[in-house]
Amino acid sequence: MDGTDADVPAGVPLDELIACPQCDALYHARLPEDGTRAVCHRCHGVLISPRRDAFLRVVAFAVTVVVLMAGAIFFPFLGVNVAGFSNRASVVDTALAFLDGGWMTGLSVFVVFFIIMIPALRAILVIYTLAPLLVGRAPLRGARKAFRWAEDMRPWSMAEIFIIGCAVALVKVADLARVEFGPAFFMFGALVIVTVLLDGSLDRWSIWKALDRTS
Amino acid sequence: MRQERCERCGSHLQSRDWGSLQRVWAWLVVGMICYVPANLFPMLRTQVLFNTSEDTIVEGAIELASHGNLGIALIILLASVAIPVGKFIAIAYLAISVARPERLRPKQRHRLYHFVEFIGRWSMIDVFVVAILSALVQLNFAASINPGPAAITFALSVIFTMLAAISFDPRMIWDNDGRGPRA
Repeated sequence: MDGTDADVPAGVPLDELIACPQCDALYHARLPEDGTRAVCHRCHGVLISPRRDAFLRVVAFAVTVVVLMAGAIFFPFLGVNVAGFSNRASVVDTALAFLDGGWMTGLSVFVVFFIIMIPALRAILVIYTLAPLLVGRAPLRGARKAFRWAEDMRPWSMAEIFIIGCAVALVKVADLARVEFGPAFFMFGALVIVTVLLDGSLDRWSIWKALDRTS
Repeated sequence: MRQERCERCGSHLQSRDWGSLQRVWAWLVVGMICYVPANLFPMLRTQVLFNTSEDTIVEGAIELASHGNLGIALIILLASVAIPVGKFIAIAYLAISVARPERLRPKQRHRLYHFVEFIGRWSMIDVFVVAILSALVQLNFAASINPGPAAITFALSVIFTMLAAISFDPRMIWDNDGRGPRA
C-alpha cells in the first residue's frame, strides 16, 4: 500500500490528489514503483498500477483482440455429427440462435452485443485513445469520451462467460453427438485470455494523466 | 459545487446521488419480476427422434445430474439459481443498510458489493448455453434443441439486476463511518 498518504491537508493542488473511485477516500497521488500498485487503505480498491511500456502493451493486446475477434467471426466455430446427420455453427449463428421472428429476437441482439460487439468495440476504443499517444501525437478528437465509454462497457463484455458456456454446452452435447472444434473456437479462447491481460495492464490513472498532458 | 461536468472526461458530476437508491430499487424489482417466469417457463425444448421434452432451468439441471454430470448440474444451479437469488438479497440488503446505521462494518459491506458486482454477470452462462445448444443441435429429426421463452426473461432478469448493481453508489457505504458528510 505504498504511493499514497491518507489525511490530506487543505490547499493541495487538485492534480496531486486522487479520490478512490470505489469509496471516495482522498489521497496524495504519488507514483508507486514500477510493478507495484497503490491500493486504497480503506476498501482495497486499486488506485494506480503503473507498468513499464504499459501503453504499448495495452495497444498490442487490443489489436490482438480485434484480429482474433475478426477470425472468430469468420472461421468455423463448432460442429456436431451423429448417425450421418451433421451441423455446423459459427459464433454469429450462436448469437442468432434466438432469431425466431418473434419476441425472442431481442435476445439475439443482446447476445450479439455481449459476445461480439462490445468486446471488439472496447478494444477499438482503447486503440483510438492510446495509439496516438504511443507515437507521440496529440490525442484524436473525442479520445476522452472514447476512453470513458470503453470503461463503462467493461461489465457488459461477456466473452469469458460465453467460453465457459461453451464448455457446459459441449458436455451436454457430448452425450448426444460427436463434436468438432473449428479454429474459431480456439481463437475465441485466446481472445478471452488476451482480454484478461489487457484489463490487467490498463491503468486508468496513467491514461487520464497522459490525456491531460498531451491535449 | 460549481461545475456540472467533469473537465477531464465530460461525465455528469454529482457529489452523492441519493436518488440513485430509487433507481437501484426500481431495477431490482423489475429484475425479480422477470425471474419468476424465467423459472416457470421452459428454457429448452429438446426433441430426440419422436420424443419432445421441455425443461425449465431447474429441471434441466436435475436432468443433467441424473445423467451423471453432477459438476455441470452444480454450475448451472449456481449460476442460474444461487447467484441471482443471492444477488437480489445482497443488493436489497445494501440498499437498506446505507439508509440506516448498520452493525456490519463498511469494509465488509463494500466487499459484499464488490462480490455482487463481479459475480452478477456470470448468471448469463445459462443463456449462452441455450444459444450454443440451439445453434448446434439442429440435426433434422435425429435431434434438435430450441430455446424456450424462459431464456429471454432470464436474460432480462440478469440485465436488470446488473443495472441495479451499477446504479448503486458504493461511496454511500462509507458516508456513515464518522468521516463523511452524513456522520
